[in-house]
Amino acid sequence: MAAASLPGTSAAPVRALRALLGKYGLILVLAIMPVAFGIHDLRTEGDLSRLGNNLLDGLSNGAIWALVAIGYTLVYGIIELINFAHGDVFMIGSFSAAGFFGTIGLTTAVGPAGLVIGLAVTLLVAMATCGTLNVMIERVAYRPLRGAPKLAPLITAVGFSFILQNVGLLWRGGSQQGIVDLIDSQEELFAAAGVSVTHGDALAIVVTIPLVLAMTTFIARSRLGKAMRATAQDPDAARLMGINVDTTISATFLIGGMLAGAAGLIYALYQTTVWYFQGFTAGLIAFTAAVMGGIGNIRGAVLGGLIIGVIQQTSDNRIGSQWTPAIVFAYLVLIMVFKPSGLLGEETREAG
Amino acid sequence: MSTAAAPRTRPRAPKLARGPRLALTAAAIVAGVILPFFLDAGGGFIDDATLALAYVVMALGLNIIVGFAGLLDLGYVAFFAIGAYTMGYFGSLFHIEANGGEGIHVLVTGPAAELPGIHLNFLLIVVLAIIATTIAGMLIGLPTLRLRGDYIAIVTLAFGEIVGRIALNGDEITGFGTKLTNGRQGITPVDKIDLPFIEPFTSLNLRPWYWVAFVMVLLVLFVNFRLRDSRLGRAWIALREDEVAAVSMGVPAVKTKLLAYGTGAAFGGISGAFLGSYLNTVNADQFQFSFSIFILAMVILGGLGSIWGVVVGAIALSFINNRLIPDVLNEIPGNIGLDFDLTELSFGIFGFLLVIMMVLRPEGLIPERRRQIELSEGIEDLAVDEDEEPVVHATVP
Repeated sequence: MAAASLPGTSAAPVRALRALLGKYGLILVLAIMPVAFGIHDLRTEGDLSRLGNNLLDGLSNGAIWALVAIGYTLVYGIIELINFAHGDVFMIGSFSAAGFFGTIGLTTAVGPAGLVIGLAVTLLVAMATCGTLNVMIERVAYRPLRGAPKLAPLITAVGFSFILQNVGLLWRGGSQQGIVDLIDSQEELFAAAGVSVTHGDALAIVVTIPLVLAMTTFIARSRLGKAMRATAQDPDAARLMGINVDTTISATFLIGGMLAGAAGLIYALYQTTVWYFQGFTAGLIAFTAAVMGGIGNIRGAVLGGLIIGVIQQTSDNRIGSQWTPAIVFAYLVLIMVFKPSGLLGEETREAG
Repeated sequence: MSTAAAPRTRPRAPKLARGPRLALTAAAIVAGVILPFFLDAGGGFIDDATLALAYVVMALGLNIIVGFAGLLDLGYVAFFAIGAYTMGYFGSLFHIEANGGEGIHVLVTGPAAELPGIHLNFLLIVVLAIIATTIAGMLIGLPTLRLRGDYIAIVTLAFGEIVGRIALNGDEITGFGTKLTNGRQGITPVDKIDLPFIEPFTSLNLRPWYWVAFVMVLLVLFVNFRLRDSRLGRAWIALREDEVAAVSMGVPAVKTKLLAYGTGAAFGGISGAFLGSYLNTVNADQFQFSFSIFILAMVILGGLGSIWGVVVGAIALSFINNRLIPDVLNEIPGNIGLDFDLTELSFGIFGFLLVIMMVLRPEGLIPERRRQIELSEGIEDLAVDEDEEPVVHATVP
């Protein structure tokens, strides 16, 4: 304080710069890649359509990560556990969706109306499967360990992640499996300014937005949502207020699992391949997204998911997809080191 | 405290007196040393035993980080990779252009002395591996210092994955006339261990390999015990139990944590260098996340923080993985009419083990005494035990 009031010192501007860096440094770091590639495109190709396509693909992919990231963020907000198995729940979502529309024989031959109904049913099935699975995992692996040292549930989460991966391995074998391309995923829906919007992009965005809106409204308005927020803030006080904490935690896992199931269906339709190992990478990417947005913060998870999606697509397209995980993880480490509270700030007990 | 008068409920394992304990240790060492004479020198069992010993070294290293210091490290494979690549760089044909194709040789005898590439004596490579992994361990530890428990897990996991990715795609990175790694192809062959006064090792007679691994385990065990009972070891345990309290009692958190990472990593490096030579390849496919979990499962199974427990856990899991699942249990699915390969599921089985252990017996097979006290009775009864266990006091004068 004293230093700032002295005339002629540079302390104030330096401090202002520091505050600015602290506030916008992460945004600056995130902006480097698109800006650099934008300039590169302008110089070599003269327009920004390639970058635009990267951004759009990134956003639609990011919508999937956002749905998974919400699951991480909800669970972390309420019991402060990184639910390692969540990525694999998402994988099971893809598998059950693909299995379900394979079994009922849904093909492109049934026409648009049939397809929409079929996919809506599949969405419900995938969401129900993953929601139930997630609740079950919580019941078996996390609830008995409440009150144990914090490492314990984290380790069971890792254990369950491996179990689910092996379930996937038994279910569909060890290699990437192509599934029916029900929506002509790569077909162009329309193009604007050189940016082509494919069916896959449209689907990801059309399914994600209502789901996220419904969920945020649910948490903001409903009784159970209020209970969830109360439990996240202080479980003991919530219990004293007559909230059934166990039920509330189960409900949180149910919602997280349902969103992961929806993400699994979109992923399967979008990528038209499923793989037992997809959940591992997806889980880490989505967790990075959740941390980037500020863990415990639902809007942050969505924002983080979209940003990570863009980073990932840009890196796939420009640097090579074999390096993408390393780049995403490097971002994760950078965020952890310089701004562990994320873009929008954490909403957890420890942060508060 | 009122609980001090409460009757004890916990059955306490009798603690052996010093004499019998020494005798037991000596007997175990002798049994370990003469074991290879009863085994086929080139057979499968001694191979499994050697691997198990190498895993014991790694598990003891991870135990320092996770068990003593309480920092959950999910990227331990990074240190295995760095140790193994040190072996690959300084003991193979990898740098074939080195010294104008003549090769660089330091204290090597036998066939390796004639080959191009860099060839250093195994002991020198182990020293280099220790240096490299200690530095890497501290570098990886640095960003985690301010973070809370589960974030540490994620950052270490991310580092492990980054190292794995670099190993996998390192053949795209070139500099100084060589590639960074050989990717999936792997660096092979790797020099056999070459110790002074002993003939170079061969892949036909595995007994010398076993003994080297056994000596490594003994050394690492000795270091582990001495560290645990040292001021540093007490500081680790104090930080694990209550960081705020430990820091306010004067434990330097940064230095203590970094030393945990560095020491734990060094053990991984020693074992990695040994495995690089023993397996005769340094291959990017070895360095996957599941390996970190494999080692972690050993530590958990044996008992976090318990040295003997970790040894038992490592030997048990290693044999389950290398012998029980592929050779003994693999028939079962076929016999009951299921069509799959049980070896594919080994990590699912480990995952299952992790969950079961944590839920049913979180203290592990051979629990660390202090942790058992916490888990079975809560913190309050600790006051009763303090006079009996002076070792675990975290007092810093």
